[in-house]
Amino acid sequence: MTAGDDIAAMETLAIRSDQDVVRVRQLVRTLAVSVKLSLVDQTKLVTAASELARNTLVYGGGGTVAAGRVDNGRRSGIRIVFSDQGPGIPDLDLALTDGYTTGGGLGLGLSGARRLVDEFDIDTAVGQGTTISVIKWCR
Amino acid sequence: MERVPVLKIGDILLVSIQIDMEDQTALQLQEDLADRIVETGCHGVIIDISALDIVDSFVGRTLATIASISRVLDAETVVVGMRPAVAITLVELGLSLPGIRTALNVELGMALLARERDFEFKDIDDDEDDADEAVVAAS
Repeated sequence: MTAGDDIAAMETLAIRSDQDVVRVRQLVRTLAVSVKLSLVDQTKLVTAASELARNTLVYGGGGTVAAGRVDNGRRSGIRIVFSDQGPGIPDLDLALTDGYTTGGGLGLGLSGARRLVDEFDIDTAVGQGTTISVIKWCR
Repeated sequence: MERVPVLKIGDILLVSIQIDMEDQTALQLQEDLADRIVETGCHGVIIDISALDIVDSFVGRTLATIASISRVLDAETVVVGMRPAVAITLVELGLSLPGIRTALNVELGMALLARERDFEFKDIDDDEDDADEAVVAAS
């Protein structure tokens, strides 16, 4: 994400339940198709969004997602921003380690999601919540 | 919450996941399958995921748990029909689904289960010593 990126209007959804995680997947799938991401890239982006939406729900205690098309003059892509007002992540390096979990999962959500997208920014502070922004560009 | 049906065909339980499952639906399927295995005494479970356009870490973990539960209940699980893009994404996510048998489609999955069951019957027919040797060789 750079200053030159042109961001179109973003659609937002609340993440408060299991059903909302399904809705996030559906929204991201529709957007990914609309910018003509390849089938594999659509699959990767929707999977990453599913992991991050679940994290927002389970670890962040719920939050919001905003997603939309982004252009940098050369390529189009999809940007998704997940925000929660939860406890924040005390040790980010640890949280991004494969297999580390505090929630009884596989510990692949955050680290795996990062591998599936092209850009991954995370802003978190203890007691202040967490915001994660990801972009997948068209090849 | 929607529910995934479990169909009994001969000695096999067939599950075809046709919906974008909420996490709760996946957990319900896990319970339903365990109940049906015990109730029917089936020795094989086929889970068809050809309609799923993503498998995230939660669904992946649920499939692995179903396979483990089935094994403890004397049934083999085969996951069939995974799309290529889903396979690529799963591996990149960090989930290679160890311990899960796979086949490309339902027909091949049924053949795989039939073959395994055949072998087991042959082992029982053979005399005790041969069966013991087979166990040692396999370990």
